[in-house]
Amino acid sequence: MLKIEQISKVFNPGTVNEKVALNQLSLHLQPGDFVTVIGGNGAGKSTMLNCVSGLYSVDQGSILIDGVDVTALPEYKRAKYIGRVFQDPMMGTAATMQIEENLALAARRGKKRTLKVGITKQDREFYKEQLKILDLGLEERMTAKVGLLSGGQRQALTLLMATLQQPKILLLDEHTAALDPKTAAKVLEATQRIVEKNNLTTLMITHNMRDAITYGNRLIMMYNGRIVVDISGEKKKQLTVEQLLNLFSQASGSDEANDKLLLS
Amino acid sequence: MGSFINALPGALSQGLIWGIMAIGLYITYSILDLSDLTVDGSFCTGGAVCAMMLVGGYNVWVCLLVSFLAGMLAGFVTGIFHTKLGIPAILSGILTQLGLWSVNLAIMGMKANQALNVNNYDMLVSLRYLQDVAKGIRPIYQHPLITVGLFTAGIILVLYWFFGTELGSSIRATGANGHMARAQGINTNRNKMLGLMLANGLVALSGALLSQFQGFADINMGRGAIVIGLAAIIIGQVTFGKLFRNFALKLMSISLGAVIYYIVIQAVISFLDINSNYLKLISALIVAIFLAVPNLKLKSQKSGGKEKRNA
Repeated sequence: MLKIEQISKVFNPGTVNEKVALNQLSLHLQPGDFVTVIGGNGAGKSTMLNCVSGLYSVDQGSILIDGVDVTALPEYKRAKYIGRVFQDPMMGTAATMQIEENLALAARRGKKRTLKVGITKQDREFYKEQLKILDLGLEERMTAKVGLLSGGQRQALTLLMATLQQPKILLLDEHTAALDPKTAAKVLEATQRIVEKNNLTTLMITHNMRDAITYGNRLIMMYNGRIVVDISGEKKKQLTVEQLLNLFSQASGSDEANDKLLLS
Repeated sequence: MGSFINALPGALSQGLIWGIMAIGLYITYSILDLSDLTVDGSFCTGGAVCAMMLVGGYNVWVCLLVSFLAGMLAGFVTGIFHTKLGIPAILSGILTQLGLWSVNLAIMGMKANQALNVNNYDMLVSLRYLQDVAKGIRPIYQHPLITVGLFTAGIILVLYWFFGTELGSSIRATGANGHMARAQGINTNRNKMLGLMLANGLVALSGALLSQFQGFADINMGRGAIVIGLAAIIIGQVTFGKLFRNFALKLMSISLGAVIYYIVIQAVISFLDINSNYLKLISALIVAIFLAVPNLKLKSQKSGGKEKRNA
């Protein structure tokens, strides 16, 4: 479903601040794969996601989504295939617009936007049904401005928006990191439910190793712009946090790595 | 007092005409969150095109349409500067505005102004119609307040419909949150372009109406337009913000904001007997006051809270 072939990305090339963010990275995802991504600060996790979403262009390599080469497509055109939830709860929704208006925008992702009325009666019924899945009572507040919602509610809404039009790939960039633990757990639960229900191919960055083990069928660990650990299936189910830390130390060749990974 | 009352209908009409410009500015300033300074130039473009075409014998509605299109073209140029060439929006607008100075002169045949004698052309609005209606020579519906009022209502209705459509909503999303818009597959650059064109089209339309109303187009007629537009938007928000939540009503409050602005200006002229060359200075002060009001209110609330806590 997603084919990342040998992509490289260098920030500020030729300056003292030169930073190789991605180094000949390759990753293939099968339809229905739910991959969790872990790694320390600066490992290139977010850069990888942002290269897939089109926020950054890659210096080398290619990215294919369901057989379509999207490497040269601008961000807004790739959006047709991709659903995204950001780390910052403010980023995924338009605060000054109503809940139903935000949903209407998302429902037309990848479609031509015409002079037809933005929200029809049927649309409204459909959004209502979808909002019920989140179990946050938002279906009763459809015309409320999104700016009035809490961070957790906004993330849940963004998640729903990302999947309202079934995406080929769902990209989750530490989407629960800015939430309190209880809300984070709720949003993760909703994520699991929605991914399973739609059988979505998903890439989820997390800094919580327990979550990385619990969720998904495959786990990758990044270090210095490369994938250094790739575990799936039964092996992944039996992983422990301790084993993960050991794997990370081996990969990075350093003992301090434990703290670095835990703290990041 | 007498002079103020006599001048009031004219001031109200003029305020309504500028209100259309302010509604255009609202599209870029509030909806798209762009500071577009093209308006000082495109307002005059609208006036110049309309005046020259009326002189050339065209129907007034054709003149208005072409003025609108000319304004859209100005917005298009600013849009190209901003979205294709990556120049900051505020600078793009200044560049277009500067260039338009020459263009506007060229439109008027390299003259600084073009007179429009109300007796020679069949115009939509004119200061003269105001007097004619008062004298009973013309039917009441030709009163500039009614003509421009209907015009404004029509524009508000069209905009209300447009910003509720799929395309219009995507323009609102572009201004509200560009990240989100792109993630939802919205071409934010194209939408900014559309917004700039629509806005400057309305601004030029307003300029076209003003040149008819005052009976001439002048190279300086757009100078300070952005300030008047901002004044109208802010006065509208400060005065009616709590009352009007609906989008159409919000647009109406802008139009009313422009009218209030002109009443204040007229009052200053009538009561203080000031040389009209000081008008720009007074305008700047009025706008500064209205811009400051929301902030000062906030401050007094904050300090009020402190006192309570101390007590």
